[in-house]
Amino acid sequence: MTSHDNRTAEEPTGKPAAEPAGRRAWLREHSELGVCVLLLALGVLVLTDALTMDVDISQRGPVGPRTVPIAIGIGLLLIAALLAVDVLRGGRGEAEGGEDIDLAEPADWRTVLLLAGVFLATAVLIDPLGFPVAGALLFWGAAFALGSRRLDRDPLIAAVLSVATYGLFNNLLGVPLPGGPLMGVL
Amino acid sequence: MNALNSLIDGFGTALTPINLLWAAVGVLLGTAIGVLPGIGPAMAVALLLPVTYGLDPTGAFIMFAGIYYGAMFGGSTTSILLNTPGETAAVVAAIEGHPMAKSGRGAQALAAAAIGHFAGGLIGTILLVALAPTVADLAVGIGAPDYFAIMVLAFIAVTSVLGSSRIRGLASLLIGLTIGLVGLDQMTGQQRLTFGTLQLADGIDVVIVAVGLFAIGEALWIAAHLRRTTGDAIPVGRPWLGRSELRRSWKPWLRGPVIGFPFGAIPAGGAEIPTFLSYVTEKRLSRHKNEFGKGAVEGVAGPESAASASAAGTLVSMLTLGLPTTAVAAVMLAAFQQYGIQPGPLLFEREPDLVWGLIASLFVGMVLLLALNLPLAPVWAKLLRIPRPYLYAGILFFAAVGAYAVGGEAFDLVILLVIGLIGFGMRRYGLPVLPAVIGVILGPAAEQQLRRALQISDGSVTGLVNTPFSVTVYVIVALLLAWPLLKKLLPGRRTETADSGQPEE
Repeated sequence: MTSHDNRTAEEPTGKPAAEPAGRRAWLREHSELGVCVLLLALGVLVLTDALTMDVDISQRGPVGPRTVPIAIGIGLLLIAALLAVDVLRGGRGEAEGGEDIDLAEPADWRTVLLLAGVFLATAVLIDPLGFPVAGALLFWGAAFALGSRRLDRDPLIAAVLSVATYGLFNNLLGVPLPGGPLMGVL
Repeated sequence: MNALNSLIDGFGTALTPINLLWAAVGVLLGTAIGVLPGIGPAMAVALLLPVTYGLDPTGAFIMFAGIYYGAMFGGSTTSILLNTPGETAAVVAAIEGHPMAKSGRGAQALAAAAIGHFAGGLIGTILLVALAPTVADLAVGIGAPDYFAIMVLAFIAVTSVLGSSRIRGLASLLIGLTIGLVGLDQMTGQQRLTFGTLQLADGIDVVIVAVGLFAIGEALWIAAHLRRTTGDAIPVGRPWLGRSELRRSWKPWLRGPVIGFPFGAIPAGGAEIPTFLSYVTEKRLSRHKNEFGKGAVEGVAGPESAASASAAGTLVSMLTLGLPTTAVAAVMLAAFQQYGIQPGPLLFEREPDLVWGLIASLFVGMVLLLALNLPLAPVWAKLLRIPRPYLYAGILFFAAVGAYAVGGEAFDLVILLVIGLIGFGMRRYGLPVLPAVIGVILGPAAEQQLRRALQISDGSVTGLVNTPFSVTVYVIVALLLAWPLLKKLLPGRRTETADSGQPEE
């Protein structure tokens, strides 16, 4: 199982000849410790929130709104520690496989960042531009980020899909989506 | 036979033209989704949750059930023709199905799979009809402590039975429970983890969490590792079976459900283990052992039948106890919550039309699947050629539609992206997604039942274990927790299945 994952993490840079290079390789090998840090931070956050809550004395029942968050917060701290021990002992989470997934290749961060950016742009644009336009931009942008470069076909598919979905949800299913200025004109 | 009468009433519901339409849409969509790489049934149902805003519950659940059964069916098509199983349930189908397709017997492999699904689904659903009302009757008097015990069972089962690492499963569960905390406390109205923002005061909608973890997380993860060269599907004609294959297949079709159904009903990972067990059984019982590995039809027929029956078993636990045993069941539970319906023992009393309509529609769906899919198999195979950028852009697109439809707020899209990035990180570091989703869906309910139970007992912890039902459930929980220890004490026999029982997740 661990051999499976070693391929996804980029190969460590040879032997740790120089001290900083060795440390970087070690960190890369143990990047899962980042998950522990996040779990730890989450635990601290949940506990702080629970402990700073001002609870009415007249809370109903013996168990107030703080008990469960405190339990979850302690659980998070515990699990962060246990996971850290597991990682330092050489345990590794197995990266998930799938039919379109090639774990032999290093992760393509550019595509992921581009997709996240396109998605964020949609969140910003959906209210001023309306769903048909923002949705079409989302589809085209995502397809572009994923490597599709058919300038004749991609925008057309995006526009048809977006307008059809708008019609289906807004008019047939009765789930309102913002039409934006475009639908105002039509 | 009370169940039989209710079932006939259910057919009255399921056979109305509009519900027939939803069943047909469900099985077609489900099959397409099963065939398409990258989309599993859980993601499909999650992406379709927004239709619950516009549809009545019966229609929506008939469609979801069709998707579940259809996706099981479609997954095996990909396995057989492309050797790349889309769903974990279809991994075994590739072992024998793909060699069959390569040697020009793809049509027979597809037919054995299709009829296997029909047989498994049929037997499984009959068992569902026979067992579900009994289970519901047994559990009908259960109160807050019992509900809490069932939820604890769900939490423990989903973290310790599935996946390879309990620590990572628990980490995932805790992340889910934390997301479930966000918002106003249901009993006192106290703000929790809202940081004073209005948008978070209502909590994070389950739809957004499910879509974020299943759809956005998966799409981003695939995008990071997108395979640039996709395999070619083996062209195939109309599925059919010859007499000799029929003679070899009928027994596996009947044996599959015996293995599949019970495994679906318990929280043990859905169809993954039973399909594998069925394969091993067929191999042991077959008179053509030398053909196994080179395309033995029994190795397709049995596991596929087991897979379908396990889906029916899953529905028993989900409908009668409100206990989701697979990701699809978890998302369907979220859909029930959208309608304000609590699945559980009382569901059969409170919503008989919905439940029996849903069960009857399973029979309708299976007939539709068989009737549609045998002739349509060549069309489904063509779906495999869809350009991957369009496929994953489409997933992101529909995820955005779903999240926006929840409340019409652009801010929800930002939350969706954040949860999607969490899902991405979880896939990278091997944290299973299912415990997180179960945590979000069941967490708030579990807290309420816990507090209610302790309120009744005036704070005494004994109030949690004062019924035979809850004690039984906690014994099961204890057994699950002690399982790794027990396994060490019982060496030998199990190692064979344990080694290859979890091909991928």
